[in-house]
Amino acid sequence: MNAATFAVQLLNGVQYGLVLFLVASGLSLVFGILGVINLAHGAFYMLGAYLAYWLSAYTGNFLVALIGGTAIAFVIGLVLEEVFVKRMIGRDHLAQVLLSFGFILVIDESRQILFGKDVHSVPPPDWLKGSIQLTELLSYPIYRLALCVFCLIVAAIIFFVIQKTRLGMIIRAGAENRDMTRALGISFDRLNRYVFAGGIALAALGGILVAPVSTVFPGMGDGMLILSFVVVVLGGIGSVAGAAIGALLIGLTDTFGKVFFPQVSSILIYVLMAGILLWRPNGLLGKQGH
Amino acid sequence: MSKSDLIIRPDRRRFLLGASGLVAGASAFRFPTPAIAQGAPLKVGLMLPYSGTFGRLGQFIDNGFRLYAEQQGGKLGGRAIEFVQIDDESKPESATDNMNRLVGRDKVDIVVGTVHSGVAMAMVKVARDTNTMLVIPNAGVNEATGPLCAPHIFRTSFSNWQVCQPMGKVMFDAGHKNVATITWRYAAGQQMVDAFKEGFTAAGGKVVEDLAVPFPEVEFQALITRIATLKPDAVFAFFAGGGAVKFVRDYAAAGLSKSIPLYGAGFLTDGTLQAQGDAAEGIKTTLHYADNLDGATNKTFSEAFLKKTGKEGDIYAVQGYDAAALLDIGLKAVKGDFTARAPMVAAMRAAKIDSPRGPVSFNKGNNPVQDIYLREVRKGQNVKIGVAGKAVDDPARGCRA
Repeated sequence: MNAATFAVQLLNGVQYGLVLFLVASGLSLVFGILGVINLAHGAFYMLGAYLAYWLSAYTGNFLVALIGGTAIAFVIGLVLEEVFVKRMIGRDHLAQVLLSFGFILVIDESRQILFGKDVHSVPPPDWLKGSIQLTELLSYPIYRLALCVFCLIVAAIIFFVIQKTRLGMIIRAGAENRDMTRALGISFDRLNRYVFAGGIALAALGGILVAPVSTVFPGMGDGMLILSFVVVVLGGIGSVAGAAIGALLIGLTDTFGKVFFPQVSSILIYVLMAGILLWRPNGLLGKQGH
Repeated sequence: MSKSDLIIRPDRRRFLLGASGLVAGASAFRFPTPAIAQGAPLKVGLMLPYSGTFGRLGQFIDNGFRLYAEQQGGKLGGRAIEFVQIDDESKPESATDNMNRLVGRDKVDIVVGTVHSGVAMAMVKVARDTNTMLVIPNAGVNEATGPLCAPHIFRTSFSNWQVCQPMGKVMFDAGHKNVATITWRYAAGQQMVDAFKEGFTAAGGKVVEDLAVPFPEVEFQALITRIATLKPDAVFAFFAGGGAVKFVRDYAAAGLSKSIPLYGAGFLTDGTLQAQGDAAEGIKTTLHYADNLDGATNKTFSEAFLKKTGKEGDIYAVQGYDAAALLDIGLKAVKGDFTARAPMVAAMRAAKIDSPRGPVSFNKGNNPVQDIYLREVRKGQNVKIGVAGKAVDDPARGCRA
């Protein structure tokens, strides 16, 4: 493998990792703050992709799909938190799993009724069409590069909110020690609602952004859900920075695994996870007590 | 979907229902009915993927089967039929349970299914153990009509070997001496690639590398970059459904389709061409069907399917349609008396189906003998550009029936 190919593979790995981070960060936030296991995270990812397909087919504008789809997902998140998830906070994880499993069924069936079973594709916006010639044979779609940039922007926003704002301070405090934070007079009711809706919106945003390079099909969220959990566990539950590192590690492991160790590539990320958990049982940046 | 359908969704739904005791109640109070009374409707179990990656394929097979039955006035061989539907979700781990439920609890006479090869293997094993008649309307796993063949197990689709082996010579003759292969790492993908290699190396070609991603993963970027470094003369690929769309689009987006032509098993471009768009133009594949195939049977079938479902028929619909046609032939030979198993099976084995895809007969493993077409994607259609193999017969290796 020459340097150029290595660089391209590196880019592949980083790009995959960034997408994983985008989706997994929502899962990590929801679990870190609400303490709720949301199995439906992958279903919301799929929902986002279908919204992207629907809105961009309807309006012909990807930007509308991007903003509209994320907003719709956010509102759905607000409603679900108010009606269902609120009651699950502090409950046994099994109850949460059952509830979010119910979400999966409802989302899948709604998808079935609204969009059917067909595979769809979403065109990227016109100004991001085309590709850059990387090597003699290989070119790289501009949209994939834009996807990297966009993921980085979203990551920067998340970090800014969490590190620099009062809301972020509360989120960090809540993830660290919920009871103590509450004892200091911080109400979690509204915070929970926005964090949950934000988590759902991030999952959907991931689905929307991936739609033009991926395809939109039933079940596309299943694999993403599992990978998101791996990322969250690897990075340390509730730690967004941990999720970022975990996602990049998995993106790179998966990419280079497929190239160098094709026979065992499917288990490599799990080997990585097991290894890191042996070394740091709470994940890379995880705190004790979860 | 008719009112008489019994819809049973396994696993998660059953789990939820089970929790409320509904399933337990329903099955406990069910009176046993004589399954094979002459005149009573014949129970046909449709075990297909109605959800998940292959959901669309399952639906088309289902529609094809029902279309044929409707054309016979809701009967097969003069015998009224009743459907029991089960969603196998393409999950091999629940396949044995689902199949046992159909055979044991629902007491179906005939099972039709399925798409996923792993699920089909479990179905074949149960069918052999319980002597249940099984018609496979898609899964191409070689074993089903090879080492595990049985007189009462038929297939109306293809074997993995059958659709890919003829491609070897086609690609070699097109001047491609060094070829890379790429597929999902699972039984079907492996068999298709192996069959292609068998044909390709026999013709004199050389496979430079076999690439694979775990099923059903759709992150191909790393391997596409790998192909660009290998610089083969051409690539042979097998993917299906959503994965096929993503691979074809990724391959074109990486600029490879201009320099390294893409070939594949027909499933790469079947049923999902609309989503693949321009990325698929020029891809050559082999399959036992093509869009706008000439022939009166295909024309009538296509019109009827479009009228029934509002959708263009495809090979999956044809395979479902032919599964019903095959059962029709068998039941006609015994005047609807399903208990006369031996003559029925003999009639099915000897069947000559005038299928929308062309003439179909059956080999000793009950796998169809059929033409394999070479198709090229032109303006969003899989256009037949030649015949890759005439009356291709799967060798049925290991079949001692």
